[in-house]
Amino acid sequence: MRPNRTLEVGTGLFVLLGFAALGFLTTQLPSSGLKIGGAKKGYHVLAKFDNIGDLKAGSPVSMAGVRIGDVDSIRYDPQDFKAAVTLRIDPQYNQIPDDSDASIQTQGLLGGKYVGIGPGGSDMYLKDGSQVAFTQSAIVLETLVNKFFANFASRDNSDSGSSGSDKSESGGSTESGHDTGKEKQK
Amino acid sequence: MSAVLHEENLILRFVRTVGHVSLFFGRLLAQSVAALARPRLIVHQIYNAGARSLIIIMLSGFFVGAVLALQGFSLLQRFGSEEALGIAAALGLLKELGPVVTALLFAGRAGTALTSEIGLMRATDQLTAMEMMAVDPMRYVAAPRFLGGVIAMPLLVAIFNVVGLFGAQLIGVQQMGVDVGSFWSQMQGSVGLNDVFEGVTKSLVFGVACSLIAVYEGYHAPPTAEGVGLATTRTVVASSVITLMLDYILTASFL
Repeated sequence: MRPNRTLEVGTGLFVLLGFAALGFLTTQLPSSGLKIGGAKKGYHVLAKFDNIGDLKAGSPVSMAGVRIGDVDSIRYDPQDFKAAVTLRIDPQYNQIPDDSDASIQTQGLLGGKYVGIGPGGSDMYLKDGSQVAFTQSAIVLETLVNKFFANFASRDNSDSGSSGSDKSESGGSTESGHDTGKEKQK
Repeated sequence: MSAVLHEENLILRFVRTVGHVSLFFGRLLAQSVAALARPRLIVHQIYNAGARSLIIIMLSGFFVGAVLALQGFSLLQRFGSEEALGIAAALGLLKELGPVVTALLFAGRAGTALTSEIGLMRATDQLTAMEMMAVDPMRYVAAPRFLGGVIAMPLLVAIFNVVGLFGAQLIGVQQMGVDVGSFWSQMQGSVGLNDVFEGVTKSLVFGVACSLIAVYEGYHAPPTAEGVGLATTRTVVASSVITLMLDYILTASFL
């Protein structure tokens, strides 16, 4: 009976490992799955955005291009029709002015979204549970393209050809910049 | 029987082989149900086919994941979207490389062992002796080995995928400097449960195909040293080709 011991232990180990791997793949990879993993350190800050684009939990939060934390959770706030995004900021970055602004930006041209924090000038710092007052929504590429074409069509009457498209491109992006500009929140 | 075979042309022989394999598959399935009553035999085969392939599977998985990260990074960098590396690695591993590479390794590592083992049993008249004792070798030799392979394959693929993902993460995040949060969050955002199940379905089908070929070749190997050697070679060749063909068919049907 003795050689059966190694056989059983080996098989048991293999089967357990296999099912653990299968469980990992089914629960950890799809966004619908459960999230296991210890809570990371840091403090949480709330920011409300009009439109978060395809920002996801786990996306980075960065300041001046340096990663300082990540997006902890995203939910919809039915009171003011906005997306309430909880940001987890690493504990060593505890001197962010409380009038800083948060904007949703894109990594590269087609890359994922991240939250960029631009520093304000206040002497008070953001702390656990506080809310970022100024936010700027994600720029949705489709809206931009629509604006560009609307612009293009209206200018088409006066301008002509390729020089017109150049001008209206810059026009389109500045216009949408006004649209999604900073807004004050309570 | 061989005299008849010589008179037949190539197409007829092919059709006949397909029929022979199909009939064998049917008998194997019927005996597999009966073999489930003796789980000890199956556990032994899961150990042989699965547990003993773990090292080679994990090692290969790691390097496949790592090279996927390298290649994916240099490609995605051109479009300025290195952050999508997680998606590329996860989808590549889950849907294609995991099942296919594991099946190829399985054919080389476990399939050959099955074929030569059963072939030698045939050559040394062990199977005939069983028949003499009214013990069905299909039930006690072929079916447990088949079932062991079918059970082991999806588990091996899952392990391969997980090790591969961490290999990709190691290269992508530690060496190439992709943000770890983007790597996982983009992956979680784009990989659905259906992608995972596509991989699992593929691995099950490959498991059935590779195990069937290995057991069939061994069971029908000519009872000579040369015959067993040839059968082992045929197992690897047939398993690899059929795995890749089935992969195309399955991918086309999933899309």
